[in-house]
Amino acid sequence: MSGLMQIHHHFKVKWTMVIDIDKCTGCGACVVACEAENNIAPSPLPFNRLRSIHWLIIYKLTNGKEGAAYDEAYLPRPCMQCGNPSCASVCPVVATTKDEEGGIVSQIYPRCIGCRYCMAACPYHARVFNWFDPVWPQGMDKMITPYVSVRPRGVVEKCTFCHHRYQKAKEEARAKGKDPLKLEEGAYIPACVEICPTGALVFGDAMNPKHQVSSLIKSKYAFRLLEKLGTEPQVYYLSRRRWVREMADNHIKKQKKQEG
Amino acid sequence: MKDSKFIPEGVERCPFPRFITWLGFLGLILLIGIIAAIKILWRGLGVTGLNNYFGFGLWITFDLAVIALGAGAFFSGFLRYILRIDELKNIINLAVIIGFLCYSGAMMILALDIGQPARAWFGYWHPNVHSMLTEVIFCITCYLMVLTIEYLPIILENRQINKSPLCKHMAHNFHVFMPLFAAVGTFLSFFHQGSLGGMYGVLFARPFVFRHGFFIWPWTFFLFILSAIAAGPMFTVLICSLIEKLTGKRLVEFRVKELMGKISGILLCIYIFFKIIDTWAWATGVLPKMGFTFDQMYNEVYGKWLLWTELGVCGVVPAIMLILPGVRKRSFLLHLAGILACVGIVINRFVFTVQSLAIPVMPFDKWHVYIPNWTEWATSIMVLAYGAIVISLSYRYLPVFPQERQLN
Repeated sequence: MSGLMQIHHHFKVKWTMVIDIDKCTGCGACVVACEAENNIAPSPLPFNRLRSIHWLIIYKLTNGKEGAAYDEAYLPRPCMQCGNPSCASVCPVVATTKDEEGGIVSQIYPRCIGCRYCMAACPYHARVFNWFDPVWPQGMDKMITPYVSVRPRGVVEKCTFCHHRYQKAKEEARAKGKDPLKLEEGAYIPACVEICPTGALVFGDAMNPKHQVSSLIKSKYAFRLLEKLGTEPQVYYLSRRRWVREMADNHIKKQKKQEG
Repeated sequence: MKDSKFIPEGVERCPFPRFITWLGFLGLILLIGIIAAIKILWRGLGVTGLNNYFGFGLWITFDLAVIALGAGAFFSGFLRYILRIDELKNIINLAVIIGFLCYSGAMMILALDIGQPARAWFGYWHPNVHSMLTEVIFCITCYLMVLTIEYLPIILENRQINKSPLCKHMAHNFHVFMPLFAAVGTFLSFFHQGSLGGMYGVLFARPFVFRHGFFIWPWTFFLFILSAIAAGPMFTVLICSLIEKLTGKRLVEFRVKELMGKISGILLCIYIFFKIIDTWAWATGVLPKMGFTFDQMYNEVYGKWLLWTELGVCGVVPAIMLILPGVRKRSFLLHLAGILACVGIVINRFVFTVQSLAIPVMPFDKWHVYIPNWTEWATSIMVLAYGAIVISLSYRYLPVFPQERQLN
């Protein structure tokens, strides 16, 4: 779709995540790592996903069949860091932007007024609101990551691809006299990628041919979520199962026939 | 009466104790709303029925609806002061007061709705010129100032206040410059009514509301302006008739109401014509390109009945009723058409705000249902009580209706 307010961004570095759905077991380690790394306080309503903070969630997909034909898959969903983010252009106070090399969509907590217009704009539900004051149980506050700001009640937040790790990797590169825009593979990876026990999550610069993701995204099994909407996510998925790939977007019957 | 020296000359008002009882009743409703508002500000939006899927809910629907219905103020002002339709002078004061109440009420609700009310001024400090919401923030706040300036001379005309030479001259001079304020108000109001529609139309990843358009303005921009100026005048008429019913007096000639009905009718016809074309183009063009069908936009809760009610019963029907002089002449039918038109606009704002967020965009997601809780209802009703209090005080102490003496 071409929107009236769409702004396309081009960067020399494009941090990209490739998630191999066929390797994902839905163990949830990535979710736990994300929440520990990014100072997400325990929710007062832990079983209510609609009222708690999750930067990364896992959807369970099924092929709708029964018996031996039944199949299921797990789809982890971080922020898509869209190339054409539907959220950034709508923010009235420039609290979310896509303007830094790497293409990570930022979220500026001290500037967010909490109007939630960005949440209404995002079709992936990657954005969540701080409905409650963040409270850490006694002792747990000592485990807060010092490089990640804690957020107050009343602001929107989302996955940042562990942006603080990117900052750290760039600083280290500068210290070694290397170009911070040409980081080596593995020099910067988010917490979820680091913890994944099956290696389902791969991370790197899609613009750098030395990085694995640059070839993975060209796989015939690669796809992105809701590509028809034109958001151009920087998160790609891989699956050799056709029904999984078809579930990534909406198709009306006629289109299904053509694509088939 | 204890307050008789404040009541405009030559008119009768109910006994003071009855008036105080009425204010006390409204004050009680206001108090419940204030308790809810304090709870929300103290404990945060977690106490409301909103959630991560429904970031917008009853409050935004309420705001959009009252802002659309309050459009009677700027549009009547435009017709009265710019196009010089003189008959409207008999209802313009009420239109201004309703506009002021709708906008100030919407601001109160917005102060509760945003998660960080203390940062509301960031809209001016860090404006994003690409955001329709920035434009809404600018225009709503500026237009509220214009409405305050338009309301001020009516207050200054109170019998006691007007005894002060300064107030008298101020009131006179405000009246002299009123066409200027009306023009500024028209400009501001046109743009933010449109931007409220544009706010939804630009959401290119939300199939229910996304629209193409002209230059930077999606079609919803123009449709929201048209619907607001179509329903606004009839809302003013409905409030006027409600005041007449409650007070047992004739306040505005029926001819004026009929004229407002005619204006609404013509605009409603234009609006509904374009709205039907827009809906058809959306269903057959926009949705298929996004991979959706028309049927996928509705479920058993947010059903197609909402669309048919909005476009048919509350769109085409009142539009036809209001352009027929024979129908307009009958008070009951005029008011019925007005109620239908206003309900239609409220449904429109509701579906754009809530239904659009209920629809699953990712194929493996599911429909969600939003149910506002008591804190949202109480604060919304609080604004209605606030409006009723201000109108009651204005009616009792200010010369709002120039024809009142002549008609009673």
